Amino acid sequence: MIERCVLFAVLSLTACKREMRDLRSDPPEAAALDQVRPMENRIGGAAPRIMYALGQPYEGNAYQLNQGKRLYDWFGCKGCHAQGGGVIGPALMDGWWRYGSDPVSIYLSLRDGRPNGMPAFGQRMTTDQMWQLTGYIRSLGSYRPSTAAPSRNDEMQARPAENRGPAAAALIARPSR
Amino acid sequence: MIRRFWRRMAWIVPLACSACGETFQSALQPAGPHAASLARLIWSFTAICGVIWLLVMLVLLFALWRRHRPAEARHERRATAIIGAAVAATVLIITGLTLMSYAATRGLSDDAPDPVVIRVRGYQWWWEVTYADRRPERTFVTANEIHIPLHRPVRLELTAADVIHSFWVPNLAGKQDLIPGRNNTLTIVADAPGTYRAQCAEFCGLQHAHMALPVIAEDAAAFDTWRQAQLAEAPAPVTAEQAAGRDFFTAGPCSACHTVRGTSAAGRLGPDLTHVASRQTIAAGQLPTTRGSLAAWIADPQTIKPGNNMPLVPMTPDQLQSVSAWLASLR
Repeated sequence: MIERCVLFAVLSLTACKREMRDLRSDPPEAAALDQVRPMENRIGGAAPRIMYALGQPYEGNAYQLNQGKRLYDWFGCKGCHAQGGGVIGPALMDGWWRYGSDPVSIYLSLRDGRPNGMPAFGQRMTTDQMWQLTGYIRSLGSYRPSTAAPSRNDEMQARPAENRGPAAAALIARPSR
Repeated sequence: MIRRFWRRMAWIVPLACSACGETFQSALQPAGPHAASLARLIWSFTAICGVIWLLVMLVLLFALWRRHRPAEARHERRATAIIGAAVAATVLIITGLTLMSYAATRGLSDDAPDPVVIRVRGYQWWWEVTYADRRPERTFVTANEIHIPLHRPVRLELTAADVIHSFWVPNLAGKQDLIPGRNNTLTIVADAPGTYRAQCAEFCGLQHAHMALPVIAEDAAAFDTWRQAQLAEAPAPVTAEQAAGRDFFTAGPCSACHTVRGTSAAGRLGPDLTHVASRQTIAAGQLPTTRGSLAAWIADPQTIKPGNNMPLVPMTPDQLQSVSAWLASLR
């Protein structure tokens, strides 16, 4: 009986894992996170090496995605891209990208801007914030399944919520054979 | 064991009372009519309920100690009468307390003639304070500090930007929630000059406990002087260091979130910093406003108040020096 209780107590501890919230990068980390190595046309390239050492926190961490969602609102992204559907700026959730869909391309679009209207935010946001926003923008289209999602909108949602399964899952699914 | 308990109590009781003399934040030391009526209410509730408790205890002791007597029919009749009387007394007392409570809280949100109108907007985890006026050029925005004139009703219009907060300045009034998408009002009047601490009284996230603001009640002349000073734009930098700080602030990420009137910094996401050095505290009651604490806050806000929405902005020591020097000059 006692053994069973001990076993149960130990097993119940396994569920105690909580997502860690990394509230800020140390300044050297932040500096390293800015060291992206883009291709010559500034579309695509290699992510900073430290991103892998940190375990790619801006892709699968709900807190970071949520901060990205907050920044999407706060820094006026909605003004041109609406809720991802696009207005005077291109859509961010239709799977078509003029300047690349990978994290490095999106980071470069945010930091340095792009021709025909996308402003540069490198002087307005910190490296952490730009990566958070990159992670959120990549989650907008929901083309890949993810275990993390930001919280729901307070207002009515103009598209499927980010915390639903991938929007394109039904299309991508292949027969298992 | 028991002796140790009493020895410990002998320490704790005077310690607990040492805070009683402070008027900084206490509902039991009212500084205005609304808080006074609430304090009267709580004292009368305590007194009435205390007397009832004492009577119940006396009756209980009497019942335990008296000699057992065999039951008779006439005792049964007397017991019925006593129980009937006790039920009647309970109904009367509870009705009386309810009416007292109604009378004391009824007038709390009444409109008063010619109030000072202050809009308070709660954010995670700070307060935006807007002094409204019929003339738009007399309206201004500040943060994390409220000044009110003595003996004049102040109408607080409360709302929130993100989650539900609650405004509570115990020396002046009861709690009132700040709810996103709603406007609640609360009228306060201060009769004694002083600084009263207000704080958020509704759990609102990680830094709920560090969401406070001082409410400063001062005479009409001092209030008008303060209001006039707050209306002005930020003073121009005097030293070269301050000028360098201003240039860094307006060119860098700081200006994306903060407004300093009189410069190009016009962000609306964080507190207005036009007269930040004139306030008693920074970071919503967290640190006293000094150049040192400003620098500490800018250098690493996430260690002082983990989870708040101000990022750590990387900067060189010179930039930190100059930007804190400039902010400390914004009186």
